[in-house]
Amino acid sequence: MNFSPNSTFMYIIAACVIVFVLAQSAFFLVRAYKRGKEIGLSAAKLKKTIISTTVFTIAPAISILLGVVVLAEFLGIPLPWIRLSVIGALTYELPAAQTTANALNVEVSELITDPKVYSAIAWVMTLGIMPSIILPPILMKKIQGGMIKIRNKDSKWGDIFQTSLFLGMISAFLGLVFSDVRNGLAGWIPIFVLIVSAAAMGVCGLLIKKFNMKWLETYALSISMLVAMVFAVIITPVIVK
Amino acid sequence: MNDYMKKTDIYGKIWIWSAVVVILMVPVAICVAYDAWPEISGVLKGLIGVAPIFWTVGVIEVITYTPMLGTGGTYLAFVTGNLTSLKAPSALNAMENAEVKPGTEEGEVVSTIAIATSSIVTTLIIALGVFGLSAIAPILDSPVLKPAFDNILPALFGGLGVVYISKNWKLSVAPIVFMVVLFLCVPALSGSVGILVPVGIAIALIAGRIMYKKGMI
Repeated sequence: MNFSPNSTFMYIIAACVIVFVLAQSAFFLVRAYKRGKEIGLSAAKLKKTIISTTVFTIAPAISILLGVVVLAEFLGIPLPWIRLSVIGALTYELPAAQTTANALNVEVSELITDPKVYSAIAWVMTLGIMPSIILPPILMKKIQGGMIKIRNKDSKWGDIFQTSLFLGMISAFLGLVFSDVRNGLAGWIPIFVLIVSAAAMGVCGLLIKKFNMKWLETYALSISMLVAMVFAVIITPVIVK
Repeated sequence: MNDYMKKTDIYGKIWIWSAVVVILMVPVAICVAYDAWPEISGVLKGLIGVAPIFWTVGVIEVITYTPMLGTGGTYLAFVTGNLTSLKAPSALNAMENAEVKPGTEEGEVVSTIAIATSSIVTTLIIALGVFGLSAIAPILDSPVLKPAFDNILPALFGGLGVVYISKNWKLSVAPIVFMVVLFLCVPALSGSVGILVPVGIAIALIAGRIMYKKGMI
């Protein structure tokens, strides 16, 4: 078979992987939905979760699609499609591909034509990410068991513990926004975007509480994200000239 | 552990080990179909460049995100990826909106529904995008829209942060001040944010423990 990163064969492999991911997601979605009803969560609440998440996911999903565009320049479409639909993220796939190409003295500025280089990159991308998929089933019992122990011993501390996990994640990403401040006004753009997003969320919160606009809860995070992204599009050309 | 949770764990394990096989089969299929087994040295050189960092981040992510996402959510999120930029925020947002606590069975159910929905929507959008890539690539790649996607993380964490922080502001002060000061002093750390998540958690936990013992929270 003649090699091409965009061959029908590669598209067939990609389709198989995509079907697998969709099947797994659908399986868990149906099970959780049924269980939710059994334990007394209303159908309205469960549907609201689905709608809210769907709307919220669109913008980040398009940004992931942008990753496919970046990688497709030298890897063709199917492999980046597979990688970014399963486990991967651009922040990982790009360095993995570049490091391997460098090791093999190949430029990543144009479409790869050597099947051995292509397969080497595919192997590095796959093996490099393996711990993220092998460890959850191995460590699950220990981690979840530990959480149950903490909760059973002192339920209030259990709640604080759980909240701290999320706050740790949020604080790391809030801090990250400040990392470019030294680059002058342009480095402040992410901070302005952050503030606009927070303010938009605040306005949504007010509307929900003061005017009883309950329906807005479903879209609040998506709206504040979108407002902040539009703000970034407007403010960036003004600041960076 | 009740019957639902036990079964979630068993099904989750079956799915995730199947995923391991599916994912490994991709490079194997490429090598077999094109008779293109690469030089082991090339693969090793590539791996040496990325594995030390990504394996470390992988271990850290599993330990930190598993208790946040719950059993079903974890088994799904680690297969479908994009944890920090998508799956964890969507689970958190969904649990907040549904007014259920993470770590409870209600939290488990809502988190799983959010992660599954998010995975399906992402997969479909990427699939649709791939087929229309030649048409939409110039739009997505346009310099006008670039700032919007460059700033997706602050746009996401601003809205998410304000809700969570306003509800838990006492617990938020220590980790946020630490992280802001850290990134102001050492901007080069921006590439290692994955490793800094557990540091933020440790600081929140220490501050939380002290305040809890003193009766402040």
